[in-house]
Amino acid sequence: MAGTPLPESVELLEKLVAALKRRGVLVEEDIARGQAQAERAKPETGARMVARAWVDPEFRALMLRDGTAAAEAFGVAMAGAPPLGVLEDTDRVHHLVVCTLCSCYPRAVIGYPPHWYKSAAYRARAVREPRAVLAEFGTVLPAGVQVRVVDSTADYRWMVLPTRPPGTEGWSEEQLAAIVTRDCLVGVTLPVVERSQAAA
Amino acid sequence: MDSPDPDRPATHDLGGNPRFRCTPVEPDDDAPPSDFDKRVDAVRAVLREKGLFTVDEMRFNIEALHETEYFSLTYYEKWLRSVTAVMVRKGVITWEDVQ
Amino acid sequence: MGGRAVSHGVQDVAGARFAPGARVRVKPARPERVAPMHLRTPHYVRGREGVVARALGRFPNPEDLAFGRPGEPRILYHIEFEQPPVWGEGEVGDTVLIEIFEHWLEEA
Repeated sequence: MAGTPLPESVELLEKLVAALKRRGVLVEEDIARGQAQAERAKPETGARMVARAWVDPEFRALMLRDGTAAAEAFGVAMAGAPPLGVLEDTDRVHHLVVCTLCSCYPRAVIGYPPHWYKSAAYRARAVREPRAVLAEFGTVLPAGVQVRVVDSTADYRWMVLPTRPPGTEGWSEEQLAAIVTRDCLVGVTLPVVERSQAAA
Repeated sequence: MDSPDPDRPATHDLGGNPRFRCTPVEPDDDAPPSDFDKRVDAVRAVLREKGLFTVDEMRFNIEALHETEYFSLTYYEKWLRSVTAVMVRKGVITWEDVQ
Repeated sequence: MGGRAVSHGVQDVAGARFAPGARVRVKPARPERVAPMHLRTPHYVRGREGVVARALGRFPNPEDLAFGRPGEPRILYHIEFEQPPVWGEGEVGDTVLIEIFEHWLEEA
């Protein structure tokens, strides 16, 4: 839920931080470092991992076998982080990621989750009417494709490895990564090839 | 946890909840986090890294919020309330510290 | 009690009770009526039957961690449920895949 915090919440934050500092629990430096670290995580990382998996079968196998190690291969510090799981879309199955109980999100490889992902509407509806939710994102699946909704209820954080769209033959990894958006990585959209981009 | 009817799912256990059946998801609701949001997030991360609480403790304390607050507070306000609660419960700070 | 260590490589699933493909039922339990609880088994699958996709590894029990108790490591599974039986609606063939701890599962 987007929205402005209440004045009393802003005050509470200040009082909490002041108390923690006064009691020697943390210093301002710690907070700055924590924020900088969170800001480093970006959806481009997940996109690059997908692009690599599309061109390199060994990396694809690594992603599916050990998502955490695959993220580390892209420079993501995963020590102390929850394990990363990768969900492989096929021409028969499309995955959609949600956390009905709170809002678990694969932050390490995508960054801050968008408000809609954390909303009661998404959390309530994604597991029950996934196709209607996909339609709100303009996503219609090809005939014969099953939806598999993945509810992140425990330790793993899940990201989707979409199928590589036709019309991308011969593309560089950079070109491939550019069509994998943050929303593709949780399965609400599919990577799209603009007509003008399609390989001859 | 404060469900008026004990047979209904807990407030946070939202999967399939019919109350939101007709609520659109709003794909454009994706503004970046505010300074307040990022600061709350960073404080949470620092305290977790210092071993002062686990994500499980934080989740429980969010789940313990009254239903009205659960749906009216912003996402990061709930985190702030929960982190504060855990710190007080553990005696890292006192309730007077945050009055 | 800091962040849990990340498991690398193949997850520790030795001693898992259920094999991939096994039909299991989620216990129709309501522990939250005993005491305030932190549960990660959503209400919508309690008492429901599903199929084991695979064992995901061994993790400390969040039900304990939430109260500052050390969490006994337990096997976590990915269990797949058909949509229509859960909701009374939905497309045949669509499923929900959920992480569920072993102590919540019994043979179907």
